[in-house]
Amino acid sequence: MKGTIQNRESFIRQLSSRLQRSAAPKHVERPQWGYTPQHKTLQNLSQDELLAVLQKQCTRINTNCIVTSSADLATTMEKVITDNGGGPIMAWQDERFDAYGLTSLFTQTLPEKQIELHTWDPAVGRENIALVEKANIGITISDITLAESGTAVLFSNPNHGRTVSFLPTKSIILIPKSSIVPRMTQAAMQIRERLQNGETLASCINFISGPSNSADIEMILVVGVHGPMYMTYIIIDDL
Amino acid sequence: MPMKVGDEPFNNRVGEGIQNTFMRSAVSGAQDRLEKNRQLAVEELSNWEEWRSLGEEIRQHVLANLDYYLTQLSDQVAARGGHVFFAASAEDARAYIANVAKEKQAKKIVKSKSMVTEEIDLNHYLEKHVGCSVVETDLGEYILQLDDDLPSHIVAPALHRKKEQVQESFQRHHQYEGSERPEELTKHARKMLRDDYLTADIGITGCNFAVAETGSVCIVTNEGNADLSTALPKTQITVMGMERLVPTFEELEVLVNMLTRSAVGQKLPSYVTVLSGPRQEGDVDGPEEFHLVIVDNGRSEILGSEFQSILQCIRCGACANICPVYRHVGGHSYGSIYSGPIGAVLSPLLGGYDEYKELPFASTLCGACTDVCPVKIPLHELLHKHRQTIVEKEGRAPISERFLMSIFGMGSSSSGMYKFGSKVASSALKPLTKGDHISKGVGPLKNWTDIREFPAPKKERFRDWFDNRQKGDH
Repeated sequence: MKGTIQNRESFIRQLSSRLQRSAAPKHVERPQWGYTPQHKTLQNLSQDELLAVLQKQCTRINTNCIVTSSADLATTMEKVITDNGGGPIMAWQDERFDAYGLTSLFTQTLPEKQIELHTWDPAVGRENIALVEKANIGITISDITLAESGTAVLFSNPNHGRTVSFLPTKSIILIPKSSIVPRMTQAAMQIRERLQNGETLASCINFISGPSNSADIEMILVVGVHGPMYMTYIIIDDL
Repeated sequence: MPMKVGDEPFNNRVGEGIQNTFMRSAVSGAQDRLEKNRQLAVEELSNWEEWRSLGEEIRQHVLANLDYYLTQLSDQVAARGGHVFFAASAEDARAYIANVAKEKQAKKIVKSKSMVTEEIDLNHYLEKHVGCSVVETDLGEYILQLDDDLPSHIVAPALHRKKEQVQESFQRHHQYEGSERPEELTKHARKMLRDDYLTADIGITGCNFAVAETGSVCIVTNEGNADLSTALPKTQITVMGMERLVPTFEELEVLVNMLTRSAVGQKLPSYVTVLSGPRQEGDVDGPEEFHLVIVDNGRSEILGSEFQSILQCIRCGACANICPVYRHVGGHSYGSIYSGPIGAVLSPLLGGYDEYKELPFASTLCGACTDVCPVKIPLHELLHKHRQTIVEKEGRAPISERFLMSIFGMGSSSSGMYKFGSKVASSALKPLTKGDHISKGVGPLKNWTDIREFPAPKKERFRDWFDNRQKGDH
C-alpha cells in the first residue's frame, strides 16, 4: 500500500527559496565526512576482547550478563528462568531456538515443571498481546550486539512481536557471541548493507541497552518503568 | 504564543525562580550531575573534538540540503505506506492531527515526550477540539500533566518538583496511598499507564531524528514509553521539527551517540527505536496506520539567515546543564518551553522579540554553552547577534540595559571620565550600601536588587589594585 503526501510543494519551495535556489536539487551526493572518529573507537579488538567490553558495560546498565557454551545453554536457560520466577513466558517464534538446542527445554522440561511457555503466533493476532501482557518473562534474540554500549539489536517481523521485549516484567535476550561488534557504527553499516542487498527493512528496530529506567523524580534512578524491570543477557559461545 | 509559558513578565519570573530555594538546589544538583556525567562520557571517547566536528559537518550538510532530504524522506515514508503532512504553521499541524483523531473517533491518545508538540500546544487543542483525553507517558511529563504544570528542562522536565509534591499530586488525582519514595511513585505510574497503552486509540510521538534514505523515525527513551505508545495503538502520529533529520543510518548512529552522551552521559539510552512506516503485512503489533507531520512553524525563516546554525541543535540540553544563568533562575524563568542558552537563542526567533527580547540579555556571554555543544553551535555569538539586532535594528533593548549602556558609554568614552567614575562609584553608591552589598538599587540597579543584592564597589579601584599587585603589595 502506498501512502500519501500533502502540502509538500509549497513547503519545499519555501525552503529552496530560503536556500537561494529555484527548486530542490534532484540528487545530493553524501559527502566524504572530514572526520570519522566513529571507526576508530574499539577497533582491532578480538571477539573475546569485545565480549569483555560488553560484560563490563553490563555492570553499568543494571544488566545480568551470563556467558555459556552452546552445550550448556539449555541448562543455563532453565536456571535463569527459575531464578526469574518462572512462567508465564512469551518467546519469539524463531528457528534459532531449535538450532541452539532449546526445543526440549521449551516443549518438555518447562511444561513438566508447570512453567507455562507461549510462542508468538501471528495466526492468532491480538491474542498474543493478551498473553505477552501477562507474561513474567519475554525471550528474544539479538541479531547484532554492540559491545561499547551493551546493546542488543532486535528486528521485528510477523514472528517477532515488538512487545515481547517490552510488556513482560523480565526480559531475557539471547546473544550469539558471533553477533558482537564494537559499536553502533558497525550495526548501521550492516543494516544499510542488508538493504542494499534487497532485504526488507524491519518496521521496528530496537536497540536495547538494559532494563527500562527513569530519573525523573528528583534525579533518583529507578529501574523498571514502562518496559521490563529486570534484564538478563545470555551470551552463547557459538564460535 | 503556544510556545510561551505563563503571562508573568520576565523580571517577575526570574524573581520567582530565584526565591524558589528547592528549585534552585534541584537545578544546581542536576546541573552538576549531568555535566559531570557528560564530561566522563565524552572523555571516554578520547577524540571528542573530532566527533564534534563530524556532528557539525553532518548537521550543516543536512541544513544546506534540507529541501532535498525532506523530499527524499517523504517519498520513502509514502513508499512504506505512511502518510506525510507538511505543516507550515502550528495551526496546520494541530488541525491535521485533530482530523486524524476525529476520523479514528479517538477517545484516548497516549503520547511520548516531545518538545515540538509542546511548541504547538497540541494536547490542549486535541482535548478541546476532539474531546479525547491525551495522556503523557514520560514519567516526568506524566507528573506535570496531572497539575497542568510545564516542563522546566529539555530532558528532565519535572526537575523543579519535589517527591513529596508528586506524592501529594498522586493522592489528589488517584487516591494514591503509597509513600514518597521514587521507586513506589514510579511503580504507581507504571500501573496506571499500562492500562492507558492497552486501551489508547492513537499514539503520538516526537522524533529525535528521521532518516531520509529509509523513511524512518528514531526515538530515544530510557523508560520504553515511546515503544509502548507506538506498538499498541492502531494509529501512530509522529511529529517532527522539519530540521531533525539525517541522510542515512550511518549519520543517525553518530548523532544518537552524541545526543545521549551530551544529554545525560550515557553511551546509549535503554531504548533507541527506529520505526519505518506502519506495521508490515503479517505483523501483530505496531500501528496499522502511520502519519508523519513535518513542522515548519517559523523554522524556515531561520534557514538562510545569520541564525541558521541554531537549526543544527539536536536538543541534548548540555548548554542548559552548564549555564550559570540557568543554574540560578531555572527553566521556567525563560517563559518558553525552550530554556537555557538554546532557549534564549531559539525562543526570540520562533516567538518574536516582542515576547522574548529579554532572553538574549539573560546571559553572561561566558561561552560555556558553545564549548559543550556537541554540534558546535556558536550559542554565545548568536546571543550577541540577537542583542545587536535588538539594540541596533529594533531599538528596543530592555530599558535599564539602554540606560546602563548610555551611562557606560558616557563614563568610559574618555579615560578621564572613567577614572572619575570608578573613583566616585564607591562613595556615590554609599547611601544604598549595606555592608559590602547594595540591596536597594535605583535606576538600572533596581531590577537586579529587587531580586538579590549587588556587591558594592570596592573602595580600592581595580586599576589601583592591579598597580599595587604589580608592585608586589598583594
